[in-house]
Amino acid sequence: MLDHITEKVAAGADIDAKEALWCLTEGDLLAVGRLADSIRRSMHPEGCVSFVVDRNVNYTNVCESRCKFCAFYRDADAEDAYLLPTGEIMGKIEELVAQGGTQLLMQGGLHPSLDITYFEELFSLIKSRFPTVQNHSLSPAEVTHVAGLSGLSIHETLSRLKKAGLDSIPGGGAEILVDSVRQEISPKKIGWQGWAAVMREAARLGMPTTATMMFGSRERAEDVVEHLLRVRALQDEGGRFTAFIPWTYQPGNTELGGESASGVEYLKVLALSRIVLRNIRNVQASWVTQGAKMAQVALFFGANDLGGTMLEENVVAAAGCRFRMSREEMVELIRGAGFTPVRRTTLYRELERY
Amino acid sequence: MTFAAIAEKVRSGVRITEAEALLLFEHPDLLALGELAQAVNERLNGRRVFFNVNRHINHTNICVTRCRFCAFYRREGEPGAYLMTMDEIRGRAEEAAKEGATEIHVVGGLHPDLPFEFYLDLLSTIKAVSPDLHVKAFTAVEIAYLADLAKLSIPQTLERLKEAGLGSLPGGGAEIFAPDIRNQLCPEKVSGAEWLSIMEKVHQAGLKSNATMLYGHLEGIADRVDHMRQLRELQDKTGGFQVFIPLAFQPEHSQLKIGGTGTSGVDDLRTLAVSRIYLDNFANIKAYWVMLGEKIAQVSLAFGVNDLDGTVVEERIGHEAGADTPQTMSLDAIVAMIRKAGRIPVERDTLYRELRVFP
Repeated sequence: MLDHITEKVAAGADIDAKEALWCLTEGDLLAVGRLADSIRRSMHPEGCVSFVVDRNVNYTNVCESRCKFCAFYRDADAEDAYLLPTGEIMGKIEELVAQGGTQLLMQGGLHPSLDITYFEELFSLIKSRFPTVQNHSLSPAEVTHVAGLSGLSIHETLSRLKKAGLDSIPGGGAEILVDSVRQEISPKKIGWQGWAAVMREAARLGMPTTATMMFGSRERAEDVVEHLLRVRALQDEGGRFTAFIPWTYQPGNTELGGESASGVEYLKVLALSRIVLRNIRNVQASWVTQGAKMAQVALFFGANDLGGTMLEENVVAAAGCRFRMSREEMVELIRGAGFTPVRRTTLYRELERY
Repeated sequence: MTFAAIAEKVRSGVRITEAEALLLFEHPDLLALGELAQAVNERLNGRRVFFNVNRHINHTNICVTRCRFCAFYRREGEPGAYLMTMDEIRGRAEEAAKEGATEIHVVGGLHPDLPFEFYLDLLSTIKAVSPDLHVKAFTAVEIAYLADLAKLSIPQTLERLKEAGLGSLPGGGAEIFAPDIRNQLCPEKVSGAEWLSIMEKVHQAGLKSNATMLYGHLEGIADRVDHMRQLRELQDKTGGFQVFIPLAFQPEHSQLKIGGTGTSGVDDLRTLAVSRIYLDNFANIKAYWVMLGEKIAQVSLAFGVNDLDGTVVEERIGHEAGADTPQTMSLDAIVAMIRKAGRIPVERDTLYRELRVFP
């Protein structure tokens, strides 16, 4: 099987579900890693590893979705429920800009009363005050929620948000794009078709997007494969995914509990992502969930990007995962693995080579 | 000399030179290095991975040497300084025996006032709890100190300790042998040459020991290779080393300020892989999860490692230095970790005899 898959990979052909499943369940870690590494090197022959200086602003933790794997959400009447005042959001973006940041990732709960007007006003204000910052915000679940609250279609919602200053859409909330798994871990969240619909519409409107996968909760290996194939098909249909970002479920403080995926499982899924998703240019290592050591090792298992420096992150931190990394550490980490560090924009344009 | 030529040598079972080990360290293709180390490991150990059920007892942190990389030691009377009573030591051994431990790992500071009898007493106290508990105790550094204390030769000291219940020796205190680096790290500690000469006597006394190397501080790659060379030479002579354990320096709370946040994941895996390839006369290479983290320790099973240490319980030295790993790992967690790496967990005793296979 390995020889067969190696041949296909060398010929630039897509591997199928059975082959992908074999990589995950029976393939040797280093053999699968080597396939991913060869694809990564042919797609990024210059030997660079990139990152973006960004900040996650979680505007509210009030969420009607109450996903079982999440430690971040609160009910509206909870003591520590919050909605950031606009002034505070602006202050955070100011800090981001002062530190040379280029990307703002606003993500929050599905708040019962924040409709399209709230986001239109907020995004216009952000664009007028910080025209150079890339507003990379609102995952498909939030977009769908805003559309529902405002009585608008996805098309109308995205068009209006785009007009107000939304530049691109992060791929969060994908979890596992298989509804049987979603039923178990996030029954109130949009199904996989709903996620796909927002990403299709965004692509039609010319908005770049990313795709994520949260694994290590309740899914089977077959579900991971299905997820990857669905993302690949969406991209083939005209998707505008700039990157794929697999990360592991963090069980701390969650209703779902249990354990996190191990290091070997993470690297295998990462490598398989690189192998399956040849039509997506970038694969990110998740230092936030894996720590710096594993993120560095991941650069040999298909990853060519380390995501953001994240001046602020609250969602994964709520689940007990508190890795931090400065820009200097990131540069050092990349160099230590023998690659050239590159600071980039959200859309992977090079800003600085170290 | 190319990587391919070295790989060819290794695959046909020929010993590599120090220059070749250096080249392996510098080889940019981490996965190729891993595959080579994995091939060597699988030739020796198949898909089996050892662990043991053990408990650490660090009986005192009071120490007359002040090694700069160490965040564990205290002066007598300083806040946080401690010395366990014999009852506390017995209590920990009893607890360990109840929990199915087969090994007690004892290392501590070089206490200024304890008599030699304390150490004999410590060993016999643990053995009195259960004769089945293997006591792996005292680094070569402690042995040198005890010999001075007892005014006995090293072989005589070892003989007395053996009679009291010493089963084997851990591999600590080796740090890095290179004198210029060692003088900066731990000027008061026995030299590398002395460490090796004590280990030779340990092996001659019929005791097995482990061997370590502290890396990721001031040393260069050449110092690491030279350290391994000296271990390989002694091993050729005595065959008394059971396992090699590279230890990643933990900078967080150390006086030794070198910047950075410790060794990188790639460096950890490289060091383990090169040691598996170079140390052809060592049966086992151990990833010490306390200092590497569980994820890298698990991944290292694909980079030549066949031993994951044990359940540990209450390790203090690495944790004082800032290791953010848990204090212990349950047997179930270690077994699961090995299985998830696609390997076969095997519980061993201290002397690497198989106790239980988890199919």
